Amino acid sequence: MPETKLVPNNKPRPISFWINAILLLLLAVAPPILFITGQPFWLDVFTRLVILALAATALNLVLGYGGLVSFGHAAYLGLGAYAVGIPTYHALYGGMDAIASFNGFLHLGLAVSVSALFALLTGAISLRTRGVNFIMITMAFGQMIFYAIVALENYGGDDGLTIDVRSEFPLISLDNPLTLYGLCYLSLLVALFIVYKITRSRFGLTLQGARSNEERMRSLGVNCYRYQLVAFVISGAICGYAGFLLGNFSTFISPEMMDWTRSGELMFMVILGGAAFLCGPIFGAAAFILLEEVLRDVTIHWHLPFGLLLILSVLFFRGGLSGALDRLRSKGDKP
Amino acid sequence: MSTGQSAILETTELCKRFGGVLATDHVNLKVLKGEVHALIGPNGAGKTTLISQLSGLLKPDSGRICFKGKNLTGKPAHRFARAGLARSFQITSLFADMTLLQNVALAVQAHAGHSFSFWRNATTDNRLLEPAYHYLQTTGLANNADRLASAVSHGERRQLEVAMALATEPSLLLLDEPMAGMGTEESNLMVEILQKLRGDKTILLIEHDMDAVFALADRISVLVYGRIIATGNKEQIQSNAEVRAAYLGEESNA
Repeated sequence: MPETKLVPNNKPRPISFWINAILLLLLAVAPPILFITGQPFWLDVFTRLVILALAATALNLVLGYGGLVSFGHAAYLGLGAYAVGIPTYHALYGGMDAIASFNGFLHLGLAVSVSALFALLTGAISLRTRGVNFIMITMAFGQMIFYAIVALENYGGDDGLTIDVRSEFPLISLDNPLTLYGLCYLSLLVALFIVYKITRSRFGLTLQGARSNEERMRSLGVNCYRYQLVAFVISGAICGYAGFLLGNFSTFISPEMMDWTRSGELMFMVILGGAAFLCGPIFGAAAFILLEEVLRDVTIHWHLPFGLLLILSVLFFRGGLSGALDRLRSKGDKP
Repeated sequence: MSTGQSAILETTELCKRFGGVLATDHVNLKVLKGEVHALIGPNGAGKTTLISQLSGLLKPDSGRICFKGKNLTGKPAHRFARAGLARSFQITSLFADMTLLQNVALAVQAHAGHSFSFWRNATTDNRLLEPAYHYLQTTGLANNADRLASAVSHGERRQLEVAMALATEPSLLLLDEPMAGMGTEESNLMVEILQKLRGDKTILLIEHDMDAVFALADRISVLVYGRIIATGNKEQIQSNAEVRAAYLGEESNA
């Protein structure tokens, strides 16, 4: 029996664990309190934060743990949102009887399956490339969806589409902002749990091995491509689900939400928050949303400080915000 | 030379060209089951090019590679590994951001079949950890199991290379200069580790260190300018005039 474990489980929990726990607790408690005490604006901000954190968590699986820099993940947000918008549109104005419905389960199923399928098709091609080529080809596929939606005049094209009726579920109503927030928050928790489990499974270790040294992995007899493709599909499906939530939240959707700059923002969240850290994307999304809210009042060029921040974090904080937190612990551990 | 022992690996008229250079020149190499076969040759003789083809990382331009009677020519690297052919790398190739135990556990996992298991915690799975720990012991690394691969010494990384190759339970171990860049003490330790494997494993050893080659090898093939100019036991190689001229002579001048 080896005395050592791959991950020692008898160690005291590191500081970063408690900070992550506090963050999640804060997200559970603060927004409802703000809402009840008469500040609904902040509930909106937090809902968007949690949805983007969910999308970034999905991206983290391929970008952080897989080392595959996908520059097209906003496409899944868009696909998920239009999976709510298009059936609702037809339910109101007729046509396309097969999908015309307000049923939330239909919307959800459509969002996840269309996203997974898109990830499968584009991943199968993109994953044959690496590095800059992979970045460019994922971006190209993302832009393809962008222009496809722009061309759909029926659904507003460039001008976007208003979702007049939110997805309908039995027992709960997404028209209630607190209910919607609760659903988003729970979804984030579930996604975090899924990613947590996956990254420690044989599948996840293989994925991380391929990130660390793909050639070595191959010479151990592993066909990395299949694992990376499956990870890509899981990531796309979760991101599509985030899009389903985003559609229900914003009730106005347009191709703009799947523009390549949006994909860049998701990457920003993952990298600033800490790639390959479970809660990194939440920190990243929080930093993104809060900076956006604060800086937008100060200057219209609010993207500029973002860029500077990202450069600084890449230069000085390896592993982003979560990486910095993680080092707090290692400092304390030094004898 | 051929004593009727069966060949586990056999190449026939293998050729690889880089531009105008014939880096592998009609190589016919036979590795017999159970032997330690050394491949030596001066710098630039094409040893690494040859071993890269033998492990599927490079595709030969012509010729055949047969392993355990199966033709693997042109197959991707993971198929070579699956067939039971493991290699270590001349330039250390590890998972630098993982511990030694994790490195070997990944190799064990790779050998165990597919890894489409999404839920069960593999980081505490003794079906992976026990064998991994065993191979760390075999290669003298058990005390460093929890250290990061990027944090251990060069010699220990070379040992880890061997541990990982062993963990895939190969029928043939391709060792690409396992003693590269090692001091005398580290070299001796590696020879000791490899001595323990002899008889158990078939090994194709590529090595510069002549003392190690003569200590370990049953048979030796000499590669010069991409061509095998001689194959034989230690005495045959040492007394071969062509080898002395091309290789050993050059060595004694240095």
